[in-house]
Amino acid sequence: MKTNNAPQNMGPKGAPPKRKMNFGALKRVLKMLISYYPVLLPLAIACIVFSAIIATAPAIFNQQILAAIENWYQSKDWASAKDEIIPKIIILIVLYVLSLLSVLAHTQLMAVITQGFLGKMRKTLFNGMQNLPIKYFDTNKHGDIMSHYTNDIDALRQLVSQAIPALLQASIIVVCVFTVMLWYSFWMTIVVIGGVLLLTFVTKTVGGGSAKYFIRQQKAIGKTEGFIQEMMSGQKVVKVFCHEDKCQEDFDKVNEALYEDSRKAHSYANLLGPINMNIGNILYVIIATVGGIFLLSDSFTNLSLSKLFGNEVVFGISVVIPFLNMTKQFTGNVNQVSQQINSIVMGLAGADRVLKLMDTEPETDDGYVTLVNATVNEDGTLTETNERTGVWAWKHPHGDGTLTYTRLMGDVTLDDVDFGYNEDKLVLHNIDVYARPGQKVAFVGATGAGKTTITNLINRFYDIADGKIRYDGININKIKKSDLRRSLGIVLQETNLFTGTVMENIRYGRLDATDEECIEAARLSGADDFITRLPRGYETELSNNGANLSQGQRQLISIARAAVADPPVMILDEATSSIDTRTEAIVQKGMDRLMQGRTVFVIAHRLSTVKNSDVIMVLEQGRIIERGTHEDLIAQKGKYYQLYTGAFELE
Amino acid sequence: MIKTLAKSIREYKLPSILTLIFIMGEVVIEVMIPFVTANLVNDIKAGVDISNVIKTGVLLVLLAIVSLCCGGIAAITCSKASAGFAKNLRRDMFSKIQSFSFSNIDKFSSTSLVTRLTTDITHVQMSYMMIIRTAIRSPMMFIFSVIAAYVMGGALATSFVVVIPVLICGLLLISRKAMPAFRRVFKKYDRLNESIEENVRGMRVVKGFSREEYEKKKFASAADGITDDFTKAERIVALNSPIMSFCMYFNTVMILFIGSYLVISSGGSKVDVGQISAMLTYGVQILMSLMMLSMIYVMITMSLESMKRICEVLNEEPSLKNPENPIKEVLCGSVEFENVSFKYSENAKLYALENINLTIKSGMTVGIIGGTGSSKSSLVQLIPRLYDTTLGTVKVGGVDVRDYDIKTLRDSVAMVLQKNQLFSGTIKENLRWGNENATDDEIVEVCKLAQADEFIESFPDKYDTYIEQGGTNVSGGQKQRLCIARALLKKPKILILDDSTSAVDTKTDAFIRAGFKKYIPETTKFIIAQRISSVEDADLIIVMNGGKIENCGKHEELLKTSEIYREVYEQQTMGGGSDEN
Repeated sequence: MKTNNAPQNMGPKGAPPKRKMNFGALKRVLKMLISYYPVLLPLAIACIVFSAIIATAPAIFNQQILAAIENWYQSKDWASAKDEIIPKIIILIVLYVLSLLSVLAHTQLMAVITQGFLGKMRKTLFNGMQNLPIKYFDTNKHGDIMSHYTNDIDALRQLVSQAIPALLQASIIVVCVFTVMLWYSFWMTIVVIGGVLLLTFVTKTVGGGSAKYFIRQQKAIGKTEGFIQEMMSGQKVVKVFCHEDKCQEDFDKVNEALYEDSRKAHSYANLLGPINMNIGNILYVIIATVGGIFLLSDSFTNLSLSKLFGNEVVFGISVVIPFLNMTKQFTGNVNQVSQQINSIVMGLAGADRVLKLMDTEPETDDGYVTLVNATVNEDGTLTETNERTGVWAWKHPHGDGTLTYTRLMGDVTLDDVDFGYNEDKLVLHNIDVYARPGQKVAFVGATGAGKTTITNLINRFYDIADGKIRYDGININKIKKSDLRRSLGIVLQETNLFTGTVMENIRYGRLDATDEECIEAARLSGADDFITRLPRGYETELSNNGANLSQGQRQLISIARAAVADPPVMILDEATSSIDTRTEAIVQKGMDRLMQGRTVFVIAHRLSTVKNSDVIMVLEQGRIIERGTHEDLIAQKGKYYQLYTGAFELE
Repeated sequence: MIKTLAKSIREYKLPSILTLIFIMGEVVIEVMIPFVTANLVNDIKAGVDISNVIKTGVLLVLLAIVSLCCGGIAAITCSKASAGFAKNLRRDMFSKIQSFSFSNIDKFSSTSLVTRLTTDITHVQMSYMMIIRTAIRSPMMFIFSVIAAYVMGGALATSFVVVIPVLICGLLLISRKAMPAFRRVFKKYDRLNESIEENVRGMRVVKGFSREEYEKKKFASAADGITDDFTKAERIVALNSPIMSFCMYFNTVMILFIGSYLVISSGGSKVDVGQISAMLTYGVQILMSLMMLSMIYVMITMSLESMKRICEVLNEEPSLKNPENPIKEVLCGSVEFENVSFKYSENAKLYALENINLTIKSGMTVGIIGGTGSSKSSLVQLIPRLYDTTLGTVKVGGVDVRDYDIKTLRDSVAMVLQKNQLFSGTIKENLRWGNENATDDEIVEVCKLAQADEFIESFPDKYDTYIEQGGTNVSGGQKQRLCIARALLKKPKILILDDSTSAVDTKTDAFIRAGFKKYIPETTKFIIAQRISSVEDADLIIVMNGGKIENCGKHEELLKTSEIYREVYEQQTMGGGSDEN
C-alpha cells in the first residue's frame, strides 16, 4: 500500500478542487490543535509570524545600504563610508540570525506538532471506531473506512504541516511588503497591484483547466483500475480461452483514454509555472520602466506613506531598486497563496470526512444487568465473588434498590420478533425460537432468508423492531452489551484471524487463558492436529488473515478461539462450510464434544451438519416455514425434504 | 533496470528531446534576464535618456516572451512525453502479463499486479516528468548562474564558494539521514494500516468477544511508536528550510558587504549598484536550483521501489513457450499420462503429483474424487498445458502436449476452472468468449445443454442481461452453469469440469451429465467433484490422495477396493456417519 505521507508529495498537485472552504471544519481542527498543544502551537505561530515579518526587513536595509553606497561611491572614501554602512549590515546580520532561529524553531516545532497531532487523530479515530455499531461497518465499504486513515489523514498532514503555515507566512509577507511598498510610493504600488491582478486571473483560468482535466484523469484512472482488476483476477480464465489478444485490444482503448486526460491535465498544470514566472518578469520590466520614467520626469511628484507621515523617503534609484526586488517577493508570495488554496481545500475536505467519522453516533448501551462470578450457597442461592469459579450469574439491580442474582444457564428465547435493517422494510417476521439450555437449534434456508440476521439480534449487533428476546429470562436490552457478548461465543463463516501467533489468536477468546487451556481448546475443536504439524506449531506467525493457511484450517482456529472462551451459548454461522466432508467427519467429534452442555445455534448449508439438531427451523423470506427434528421434517415432505433429496438448490 | 524501462519510451523520444531543448532555451534566457536587468538598473541610474531604459525594457519583455514560449512548449511536450511513456509502460506490462503462463501468474498476486499497473506507473510517470523537466534544468541553471555570476560579479561571486558547498553538504546529509528513516517508518506505517484494516474486517469478532478496549490498547502502543518515528524523521527533513535560509542570508550579507566596499573604493568603476542586485538574483537562482536537485534526488529514490516492481514484471520470462513447428490440429480426445510427476516450483520439496500413469480413450467420462489438497486440480491442469510437467509426458490425441500450438490445444481442451469468473458485459458477450463467431442459435443450444437456458429466459433482458463485474448479480449455481456453457461453445474434444457444479442442485447436475452423454458423446469428459453422485456413473473414477492415484475403477469396484471412496460415499448417503456416534 502506498502512502503519500512523503516528505515531498509525489502525486499530482491540486486534484479536483471544489472551491468551497469548509470553515466549520477548519475551526474544529484549529480548536483541537490548540487543545492538544496549548503552549507549543502559539509558540510556533509566533515564530512563523516573526520570521515572516523579518523576511521583509532586508528589503528596507538593502535599500538603506544601497542608498548609502549611492551617497558615497563618488567619494571613493571607504574609510568614512564604512561608519555608515557597517552598522547597517550588522543590524541586518542580527535580524537574519533572529529570523534563522525562529525558522529553525518553527520548523522543528511544526514537525513535532504535526506528527503528534496526526498520532492523536489516528488514536481518536480508532478508539471512536471501536465503539461504533456493527451497522456502520455493514453499511460503509471497508475501503472507504480505510481511506480515513490513509488519504484523509494525509490531507490533514498537508493542511497542518504545510498549507496553514505557508499561508500564514505568505499572507504576512504580502501584507508587510505591501506596506513597505506603500511607504515608498503609491503610484508604483498601483502598478504592482495591477500586475498581480492579471497574475491571479491567469492562474485561475489555467488552474481551472488543469482542475477540470485532473478530475477527468481521476475518473479515467478509476476506469482503468476497474478494468485491470477484472482482467488480473480473471487472468487464468483469459488463458484458458486464449483471449489474450482481445483483452489487449480492450485495454489499449482504456489506456489511450487515460493517456489523453493525463496529458491534458499535466499540460495545464505545467504551464502555470512558466506563465507565472514570466508575468513576474514582465511586471519587473514594467516597474523598472515606470520607475525610470518617474525618475527622469521632472513633473513627477511621488506620493507615499512616508510622505504622509512626514518622514519622506526621497524617490530615487535607491527606491526603485528595492521596489524591483519587492515586486518579485510580492508576486512570488501571491503565487504561494494561490497554490496553497488547493491543498487547504483538499485538507479541509479530508478533515471534514475525519470529523464526520468521529461524530458518528457510537453504539449505545443502556444495559445494567452484568455478568459476575458466583458461588452457589447450600440453599441454592448465589453469592457474588471475585474469583473465577466457573459459575456465572446475572447481577440484576432493580428499581427498588434490591439486587437479584440469576444463574447463567444459556436459555434463549425469541418471542414474536420482527426486524428490518431499514425501518420501512422488515426482513424477519414473527420469529419464535425457544432454545433450552444444552439444546442444538439449527437454521436452514436460502441466502437472504434471514438466518444470520437472527444471530445478529441475539448478540445485539442490531436491535429488534418488535417482540422480545430473553436470555435466562432477562430481556437482553437490559443486559450490558459486553457482558451479553461475553456469554455468547460466535464462529462466523468469514473467518477473521489477526496478525500474531496461532496461540495469540486462540487466546483472543479469553485473554487470561493459559497456554495449556488454549491447546486444550484447540484439541477439542480438532485444530490441534494440523497446528502441531505447522513449522513452528502454536508459535507460527499468522499474517494477512492467515493467508498461509487453508480456509478450513482458518475455520478450525476460529472454532478453537470460541472454545477457549467457554461460553454457555454458541453461535456457529457456517462455521464448517469450508472443511471438506471427510475432514468435517473428523472434526465433528470434537465439535460434538464442544457443543456438549451448551446451547448452540447452528447455521449450515450442508444438511449433514444440522441433521442431529434438537430442532431445525427452515426459513424462507424472513419467516419460519417449517420446524421440527430431522425425522419430523422428512416426514412432512416439505421444503426440507426437497432440500435433503437434492431437488432444490440452496442459493 | 533503466534499460528495461527506457525501452517503453519509443515514439515519445521526440517530445522528450524537445522538452530538453526547450528547457535549455528557457534556462539560457532565464540566466540572461538578470544580466539585462542589471543593464536596466544601470540605465535608470545613469538617468540620462529614457529611450535607453525603454530599449532595454523592450529587450527584457521580448526575452520574457521567448522564455514563456519555451517554457510553455516544454510544459506541453513534457506532459505528452511522460503521459505517453506511462501509457507505453502500462501497455508493455499488460501485454507481458498476457503472455504469462499459470505458474507466472501464481508468482504475483492479482492485487499486486493491479498496484504495479496503476500506482507504481503513476510514480514512474511523475518521476520521468520531473527528470526531463527539472533534472536538466536545475544543473544547467546552477552552472549557468555560477558562470554568469563570475563573469559579472567577479570578486562578488566569492561568497558562493562558501555557500554552495555548505548547502550541498547540508542537503545531502539531510536526505541521507532522512531517507532511510522514512523508509523504515513507512514500512511500519503500512503495517499499522494493515492492522486497522484487519480490525475493520474483523469487527464482528472484536465486538463478539467484547475486545474493544483490548484493541484500543494494542493500537495505541503501535500508533505511539509510529508517531515517535515519524516525528524523528520529519524533524530531520525540517532542517532543510533553516539551512536554505542560512545560505541565502549569508550570501546576501556577503554580497552587500563586499559589494559596498568594492563599489565605494573603486568609485563604481569595478562594480556598480546594478551588479549587486543582479548578484542577489543569481544567488537565489543558484540556491534554488540546488534545492530542486535535492528534491529530485529524494523523489527518484522514492520511486525506485516502484521501478523495481515494474521491472520484476517486465523481466519475468513466460515459462511456457510455443514449440518451433507446432502441430495445429488435435485429432481426438484421448489422454495419456506417462510417469508424470509435477511440482509447482523448482524449489518445492514435495511433488504435487507423483508418478501418474493413465490412459483414457476418446469419448470416455472420467470422474475424479479426493479430499482438499489431493491434487485433483493439478492433475487436470496438465492436460491443456496450463502447467508443464516436471517429469514425464502428457499426451493428447497421441501427441505430447508440448508439441501442439498452445492456442490449438486449449481450443480443443475446454476447461471450466474451479475459481471461475464471468466478466462485465452481457451474457451473450460472456458466452462468446468460447467462440467469437457463434450464432445466436448455437448459444441457445449450449445453454440448454448446460441447463442455463431456462433461468436466462426468466431474466427480463434474457441473453442480453448485463453481468456485473465479478458476476455478482447471478447466483453461484447460475454462474457455474454459464461457465459450463461458455466452455461448451468451443466444441471441445476434451471437456474438463473442475468442481464446476458444486453449487448446482443434484437434479440439475444429473440433467447436465445426461445431456453430455446424449449430445457430445465423442468428447472426453473429466469431472472433478465433491459429490459421489456427480461421478457415480462415470466410465472411470479416479480416487486421488496426497498427489497419488489411490484407486481407479468403476463405482461398484471402488466401493469394494477403496476405503476413502467408501467412507465418502457412506457419509454422503447416510448423512454423516459420525452423527450416530
